[in-house]
Amino acid sequence: MEVRKGFIKNGSVAVKKKKRKQKGAWIDQLQLLLLAAPTTIWYLLFCYLPIFGIIIAFKNYRVAAGKGFIWSLLNNSPWVGLDNFRFLFSNNAQKTLQMFRNTVGYNLVFIVLGVAIPVTLAIMISQLYSRRMAKVCQTAIFLPYFLSWVVVGYFVYAFLATKEGLVNNLLLSFGNSPVKWYQGEAIGYWPYFLVFLQLWKTMGYGMVVYMAAISGIDGTLYEASVIDGASKWQQVKHITLPLLRPIMSIMFIMAVGRIFSSDFGLFYRTTRNSNSLTSIYTTIDVYVYNSMFNTSRPVYGYTSASGFLQSALGCIMLIIANSAIRRFDPENSMF
Amino acid sequence: MNNALPNPREEKKNAFTASDGMMRFNRVSPVSNGIFSLIFIVLATLCVVPVVFVIIISLSSEASISTKGYSFIPAQWGLDAYGYLWKMRSTIFRSVFNSIGITIAGTMLGLVLTTTLGYVLSRKNFFMRRFYIWFIFIPMLFNGGLLSTYVVNTQLLGLKDTYLALILPLACSSFYIIILRTFFTTTVPDEIIESGRVDGASQLRIFAQLVLPISLPAIATIGLFLTFAYWNDWYQAMLYISTSSRDLYPLQYVLVNIERNIAYLTNNAHVMSADATVLPSETMRMAIVVIIVMPIALSYPFFQKYFISGLTIGSVKG
Repeated sequence: MEVRKGFIKNGSVAVKKKKRKQKGAWIDQLQLLLLAAPTTIWYLLFCYLPIFGIIIAFKNYRVAAGKGFIWSLLNNSPWVGLDNFRFLFSNNAQKTLQMFRNTVGYNLVFIVLGVAIPVTLAIMISQLYSRRMAKVCQTAIFLPYFLSWVVVGYFVYAFLATKEGLVNNLLLSFGNSPVKWYQGEAIGYWPYFLVFLQLWKTMGYGMVVYMAAISGIDGTLYEASVIDGASKWQQVKHITLPLLRPIMSIMFIMAVGRIFSSDFGLFYRTTRNSNSLTSIYTTIDVYVYNSMFNTSRPVYGYTSASGFLQSALGCIMLIIANSAIRRFDPENSMF
Repeated sequence: MNNALPNPREEKKNAFTASDGMMRFNRVSPVSNGIFSLIFIVLATLCVVPVVFVIIISLSSEASISTKGYSFIPAQWGLDAYGYLWKMRSTIFRSVFNSIGITIAGTMLGLVLTTTLGYVLSRKNFFMRRFYIWFIFIPMLFNGGLLSTYVVNTQLLGLKDTYLALILPLACSSFYIIILRTFFTTTVPDEIIESGRVDGASQLRIFAQLVLPISLPAIATIGLFLTFAYWNDWYQAMLYISTSSRDLYPLQYVLVNIERNIAYLTNNAHVMSADATVLPSETMRMAIVVIIVMPIALSYPFFQKYFISGLTIGSVKG
């Protein structure tokens, strides 16, 4: 493309360049390939080998002592077809249903609130009179995004600890009896806690993304609408929201693609993986982790089957969401 | 696009232009402004208060905790927690150095991996460009999942109980590569690369000496993403570092394990000295939280503009 541009501008230079290019072309390509090599190796080892390894889900994986993973997988592990999946949905049906319900349920709430709240806040903050105050508040709200779930888990603990926690101390000082927050008696509160924590941690991120999009909107659009007598609400409805649609579409597609995944830290750390709350926080990721590490020996069969379902269904959902958007709004689909 | 918000000074400079007058006229009512301000002050407080609370707890004396619990106004201040951390400094320093080392090494490696492929993908005449776009796109759609990844990393690559297990798996991401590719295509002029080529420079030299120096903002963005990801990571350590290799624990994972660790320390301290009963375990874990959070809380306000520019580039379709 560059060469052709040069051609139009100045014929002789372009001809020279073209000759050079032909002579050095393959060496150029080779150097680019060389530059790409380290990352290629990384992708093969850390992305494509695990994707290949997913055939564990269709095998009875047995580690052969002294032999490597690939040998064990290919020579020592008989094919079992869909047995692992059958186990997941017959013997284990109740737990399977529970983890799918939790994962998808929380994600649906996160998708709806995770778009609605940041968009609302971004529009609101762009209306504040004081720019300085907007900047300070936005910075403060962004803070939780930079903290790990382990740290957030300790924040929660400072409030909810049974003996020392602030909430129980307040309850006591008002004459109420304390609640064992990490025990079964508080199980009804935890879905709300988890939703709150997720929003608390990611709100600032969403807000920043939408604020950047809002600041990119051409101000003359608003001026024109004011001249036509549009109210603030009409401006939001007919200018801001339609212009935010591309970015909202992308965020939506990506969120739908993750609908079968969950943020392990949120579910596992903030609840302090309390045994009496398992029915609230067991998502697919937590389940897979538990059946690999919190058992006497890792269960390869149905664990890999649930991992496979998670990946495959997530991929399908992403493609569905993308084609839905492409159908109704062709410009805003992701691919 | 770097700053999400217009600079207040610039606004003042153009205070009397027609458009500004219009925007002044088009503002929300003072009442709405008041309500919005109130909402944002509440939200901002909600986001900062836990950090302040944890700092206060870490500075409370253990006696205060046992009588009054965690409180914003402790009965008695004290440095017990930090004193105790100092006493077990060999363990704590070890994990702080682990965290710092992993963060630096990981960020360096990550930058090498992402900038090189980002540059290669930005070269429109590269013959395998389409292949590579799919090559990095497929892992965004589909992944091997935890079990398969774990089995490959431990049984094939032998990463169990090594520093590499904490560094390699997080080093690269398709998202970062796409951000860099977008940056290189949109902001690095083709003329610069052409001029390098005319002068007979190799692609590696063009990349290292022409492209990288003018791409510092994008590199800073990705570098920050990586730095925070490594500093905040505990999951890799939980998966790949067993209790027999405590020396490899990063600080975050010490915090995950602290209940177990305190029990372990208490038992050992009991053997060594009689004052094990006054172990300030409640305040101590909050002191470790403070050590983790402070570098982030103090630095991110200065770095967030790079974050924002990265997020903005990253969410552009392309």
